[in-house]
Amino acid sequence: KLAERTNLAGVRHILLVLSGKGGVGKSTLSTELALALRNAGKRVGILDVDLCGPSIPRMLRVQDSAVHQCDSGWVPVFVGQDKAIALMSIGFLLERPDDAVVWRGPKKNALIKQFVTDVAWGDLDFLIVDTPPGTSDEHISTVEALRPHQLLGAVLVTTPQ
Amino acid sequence: HTVLVLSGKGGVGKSTFSALLAHGLAADETKQVALLDIDICGPSIPKMMGLEGEQVHQSGSGWSPVYVEENLGVMSVGFLLSSPDDAVIWRGPKKNGLIKQFLRDVDWGEVDYLIVDTPPGTSDEHLSIVQYLSATHIDGAVIVTTPQEVSLQDVRKEISFCRKVKLPIIGVVENMSGFVCPKCKNESQIFPPTTGGAEKMCQNLSVSLLGKVPLDPQIGKSCDRGQSFLAEAPESPATLSYRSIIQRIQEYCEQHHLQEEKIM
Repeated sequence: KLAERTNLAGVRHILLVLSGKGGVGKSTLSTELALALRNAGKRVGILDVDLCGPSIPRMLRVQDSAVHQCDSGWVPVFVGQDKAIALMSIGFLLERPDDAVVWRGPKKNALIKQFVTDVAWGDLDFLIVDTPPGTSDEHISTVEALRPHQLLGAVLVTTPQ
Repeated sequence: HTVLVLSGKGGVGKSTFSALLAHGLAADETKQVALLDIDICGPSIPKMMGLEGEQVHQSGSGWSPVYVEENLGVMSVGFLLSSPDDAVIWRGPKKNGLIKQFLRDVDWGEVDYLIVDTPPGTSDEHLSIVQYLSATHIDGAVIVTTPQEVSLQDVRKEISFCRKVKLPIIGVVENMSGFVCPKCKNESQIFPPTTGGAEKMCQNLSVSLLGKVPLDPQIGKSCDRGQSFLAEAPESPATLSYRSIIQRIQEYCEQHHLQEEKIM
């Protein structure tokens, strides 16, 4: 519990980007939102909890990066022009980019919990959480793990049809 | 014959393709076709098949599929919801349980083709369907993508998944592959294939490219209205592509069958 408070204690606003439907532009929006907020001088982080189809690393051209550990947990990868956006994604944990993450719910849940509590986010104005389509394990686990913290809210993305 | 329609990426047209594949195969009235929708969180098949609001009936022999035509039966969690906006907020094990029921308790009867529409990803639903169908014979998977690298990235993972679980890949379908303006006939790449599209990916990974389907706004409209796009727009270049792809899938399944018989 103490560790949880430490790693997210410096995060002012947590925002979830959701849809239900796949392929509508959640990851694209998450990325653009992060870049725009950064441009406006805010301290921003992105947490990519799409374990099967992580798109954020490629969108920020860091698909070949690796993550390191520090005393308080995992160090996020710093991206963007000034390397000031903190990013965590399962994409960084794969040996090869084409490796499939073929996990059932419980294993996904365990990693999501770690991503929420064990990443040393530092002080952020905004943490944007990008999610996969659906209303299942990833969504339930993310909301549960974030529960002790105040969530700003969710932005829902759709297309017209 | 059993065909799984997979992607890895969401929103590329798996359900659209599954629905049209089912319609295409059922055009032959001598064939009995079954369409099983195992996208538990986002079931699109009921709407696309014009079956929204239908309920599933139970009888002595199990659950009855909902029939679009006499020879085309459909099953989806969509038919079990009291309202179409009800969210199914289930973790993996519960989803697996329902998929098992769909396979075990639905009275499909004698079926020539079972088409299984899946949600995006490589998780519970995908592992379960392959596991539960392992006793029977899966002809293979049709993998759907769109041309851009962000999609291909996820689709390569799906191809890895298929190889991992020894699921044969019938081939890849590239959807939303260009748009031809009906007025000026100019072609635009709405989703540019910045890394060579499905064609390059298929070459690199030694899988078959079954075909490319162009964007046609009528496709989305037909889906929304629950009508078969193939029937509503028979002259569209997209229809011609779909028909050619469906034929290739049929040929693959039939050839497979002959080889199996030879071996036996």
